[in-house]
Amino acid sequence: MNAARVTEAPRQALQSPEVLAVDALDAYFGASRVVRDVSFTVQSGQVTAIIGPSGCGKSTLLEIIAGLSAASEGSVHFEGRPIGREVPEGVGVVFQEDATLPWLTVQQNVAFGLRRADLARAGRDERVRDALRIVGLTDFATSYPAQLSGGMRQRVCIARTLVMQPRLILLDEPFGALDQQTRLLMGDEVLRVWRETGATVFLITHALDEAAMLADRIGVMSARPGHLKDIVETGWPRDRDSRIVERPEFGAITARLWKHLRGESMKTLGRPAS
Amino acid sequence: MIGLTFLAALIAVLPLTLIVWHLIRQGATSVNLDFFTHMPKPTGDAGGGMANAIVGTGVLVLLASVIGLPVGIFAGLYLAEQRGARLATAVRFLSDVLNGLPSIVLGIFAWGLLVRPFKHFSALAGGMALAAMMIPFVTRTTEEMIRLVPVSMREAALALGYTKWRTSLSIVLRTALPGIVTGTLIAVARIAGETAPLIFTAFGNSFWSISPTQPIAALPMQIYFYATAPYDDWHAQAWAGALVLLGLVLIISVAARFATRSRAGLGSD
Repeated sequence: MNAARVTEAPRQALQSPEVLAVDALDAYFGASRVVRDVSFTVQSGQVTAIIGPSGCGKSTLLEIIAGLSAASEGSVHFEGRPIGREVPEGVGVVFQEDATLPWLTVQQNVAFGLRRADLARAGRDERVRDALRIVGLTDFATSYPAQLSGGMRQRVCIARTLVMQPRLILLDEPFGALDQQTRLLMGDEVLRVWRETGATVFLITHALDEAAMLADRIGVMSARPGHLKDIVETGWPRDRDSRIVERPEFGAITARLWKHLRGESMKTLGRPAS
Repeated sequence: MIGLTFLAALIAVLPLTLIVWHLIRQGATSVNLDFFTHMPKPTGDAGGGMANAIVGTGVLVLLASVIGLPVGIFAGLYLAEQRGARLATAVRFLSDVLNGLPSIVLGIFAWGLLVRPFKHFSALAGGMALAAMMIPFVTRTTEEMIRLVPVSMREAALALGYTKWRTSLSIVLRTALPGIVTGTLIAVARIAGETAPLIFTAFGNSFWSISPTQPIAALPMQIYFYATAPYDDWHAQAWAGALVLLGLVLIISVAARFATRSRAGLGSD
């Protein structure tokens, strides 16, 4: 983590490289177990991805980490403090679906979270300008979401999270609703945001290539009830972009991910793994 | 087959076409400025208007909206947010029942609530009867509209540190607003033409009154009284009243369409 960004409270973050620690997490949806005994840590400044078949409980996992849902067992610590029933200061979340507010312009959307912040007007405007620059939407500041493409709207959502200056950014299948080419390019956006802000990124996805391209570490989750089957280190350089997919290692990584996921995905299809 | 469906489609809108044509033919000659600005004349005197009834309908709709809209909208919000709660399921079902209830029954409700105890007909009782009609409709429309708001929008607001109820008000309700406005206008158009529940609540009034505690005139009732009276000039007035009422409902319906259209999202803050 970039030391300049760290304020008083998260002193522990400096001592420990673990921004996020998930320990023996269990979650139930009514009577059905969704997440089973999941433990992992997220290192400061890294991109960590969790990949798994649909319905494996990875969204629930993210909601628990974000403080939007409660775990049944186990604990989640962000910068050394347990996460309660609300989104902790310093954590930003971007969701799968388009969550722009249709009645606000792009810059009003981005400024939305700052309305509550104790911040002078000028400081607010500057933060909004910064965030829009990072996601490349400066020219669309006064447009309404309806006038933008799906990828642009998702960038608005990313910018809306960025203005809050999160130290940990959670991405919940952020490009799930986008087409394949746009997804790769949005991956570039995320990597650029990640480098520019120095934030730690945690994302969940069902897309092999997305995880393989974005993440430093990838956790592979089983079918429901989801638990971690494997953790893959990609070893990518920090200044990577979507052209990384051309590399032979990329193929090796996706192959390793698919080896785990194929069987798990077949289970969700109702077929025995073969 | 296509010919048959085409014919059915034509027949479906035939009543409206006939009504509009007939009303214009019979009523247009009696609709003039006096009709809107003058009080009814005593029997036998020509001319006069229905100013008291037009304003009376306005007052009744206003009272009904003041009572019915907050209840309906917040009830809809509750149903949408507590989708699975047992109370929500019960309220949803009962709202649908209430929606299908004959309006005169709701008049009896308002009569029992506000007329009988005070031994006095009043505009407020009429407004209450109309509100009782409005509430289940607005409740269900609001619920449907709020359900269309993506969950992610709500979660995004929570993730930005908004509290649950502030999210409900400033995100969820705000996003659903155009749809709720449309539903409200349709509800208003529906109650504006109601006669039955008003007969023994608002009662009607031949004089000028806008007081909530006094009996009040209303356009549909006035039309009924005039149409069933044995005087030709009253019949003409009734036709004119019907035409004005139709125009009113038409204007509200067009406004409702307009509100729906702006739902594309190009609204202003």
